Amino acid sequence: MNRLTTDICGIQMKNPVMVASGTFGFGKEYAELIDLNLLGAIVTKGTSLVQWDGNPPERICETPAGMLNAIGLQNDGVDSLINDKIPWLQSAAADTPVIVNVVGKTLDEYAEVARRLDGVPGVAGLEINISCPNVKHGGIAFGTDPSMCAEVVRAVRKATSLPLIPKLSPNVTDITAMARICVDCGADALSLINTLLGTAIDIKTRKFRLANITGGLSGPAVKPVALRMVWQVASAVDVPVIGMGGIMNADDALEFLLAGASAVQVGTANFVNPQSAIEIAQGIDDYLVTCGVEHVDEIIGTVQS
Amino acid sequence: MSSSVRQTKCRILQHECDGNFRRLVFEAPEIAALARPGQFVHLLCGGTHDPLLRRPLSIYRAEADQVAVLYEIRGRGTALLAEKKPGDLVDVIGPLGTGFTLPDSPTQQIVLVGGGIGAPPLSFLASTIAKSFGCERLTTMIGAQTAEKHICADEFRGLSVDDNACLLATDDGSCGHSGLVTDILRERLKSESLISPMIYACGPTPMLKAVALIAKEYHLKCQVSLEAKMACGVGACMGCVIKVHNGGGCKYVRVCHEGPVFDAEEVVWDE
Repeated sequence: MNRLTTDICGIQMKNPVMVASGTFGFGKEYAELIDLNLLGAIVTKGTSLVQWDGNPPERICETPAGMLNAIGLQNDGVDSLINDKIPWLQSAAADTPVIVNVVGKTLDEYAEVARRLDGVPGVAGLEINISCPNVKHGGIAFGTDPSMCAEVVRAVRKATSLPLIPKLSPNVTDITAMARICVDCGADALSLINTLLGTAIDIKTRKFRLANITGGLSGPAVKPVALRMVWQVASAVDVPVIGMGGIMNADDALEFLLAGASAVQVGTANFVNPQSAIEIAQGIDDYLVTCGVEHVDEIIGTVQS
Repeated sequence: MSSSVRQTKCRILQHECDGNFRRLVFEAPEIAALARPGQFVHLLCGGTHDPLLRRPLSIYRAEADQVAVLYEIRGRGTALLAEKKPGDLVDVIGPLGTGFTLPDSPTQQIVLVGGGIGAPPLSFLASTIAKSFGCERLTTMIGAQTAEKHICADEFRGLSVDDNACLLATDDGSCGHSGLVTDILRERLKSESLISPMIYACGPTPMLKAVALIAKEYHLKCQVSLEAKMACGVGACMGCVIKVHNGGGCKYVRVCHEGPVFDAEEVVWDE
């Protein structure tokens, strides 16, 4: 039997290891390097109503055990996703659900992208990006203000019958408050965490390393913060939690599952080793066999204090 | 666009030290067969969490079952890579990116303009051109800070028909022309000892910008190979972009995917 089958609000996955938005393009970029059909799910790059240019370079900067990025959600817009990228994924990765990460500058944009994706074959669910720290309008503004957060989740909920997964920002005082608001407004599951706001300075040139000045921190450096937040949110809400933040290997992923995540996403690790997500799924399976556990569901949230 | 790419753990065959430069040769038959001049490989230097990311290095040679890179120790990633010994394995993704487009016609004059650590991919290009078209119409102009930092000079000399076909420059005058390599390019075009050549350039951005301006002035086709900090290296993360002209406006394109080689006139240089 398959010990790893996972159901996140009706999205059926062969394992609980997904690839995170912004780290995996639209799948095609990695198709020659890994078997996309072995992934739990693919979460696409953030997709807006129309094409977005993104931020000027420098956009990335390596930091101790991590990296900062300020890409600014450069993407070709939802029409290109529907006409080209989703059909390609349907043929190349038919066994892997595709979750579209949705971004907007206004409530109407979020709702319109969601409405256009409703009923599109090959779209299994929507991850609502209310937590991107790198755009001037939208993004994190919706994820750090409780009333705006409520409005955007309600607006998207009205626009689609697809499973709705808001992606939460860690750049808040109490992430459980934002989590509860999302659930009250119709979220079917929650993704967390997005990146932590940070910056870096080049002491030789005395300039910021990123053109945007600030960027989002990801990688192993953020894992303890992410794990704490996943545990807090999983304890506070009744919907499935998808945990992410610095997961590099199966041990990291297992920590998130034990903390209460029903599934995990692998992000920055894809840059280091494109095989990461597949190797992590295998590593979780090995752990279950070693521990004599019949199904991954049995270990979720079983951390003891 | 790269037609194909592999991720493999490759056995290191040679790893030689020359001052601050290292010549790394590893066994990679599939990558060697696919590699074209101007493409790069993405190397996992240490397998540590810190530094975390791979390092992109341009391909210096791809022959039979071997791939070689020439690199300079710039930071902690390349310092970790430099510790690897023959027999060790190195995790390589490649070949990546869009390389140089070879000239259409064997009768066209070709000039390679290189600076510093930009010389290795041009050396690969020169040997490829020599195999396809011979060396008769090939001129190389390479600049470096000092004579010791001319890392591929002997190879360029070996591919030149006479002394006028391989011209060196140094900032300190310790070898060849004392000054910029672009001085040589400008002089050769002005004196009409080069007529309508195709230019290929790789080196520091100020040098590439200067070459692009000269190419524009003389209405010459010019391809430049750019450098950028990269995360994924495969076109997924959008981290390594540069600005290019797009109709009346501009757009950002990926150095790792649409590049690293671009038409010089396509690049927006004024930033």
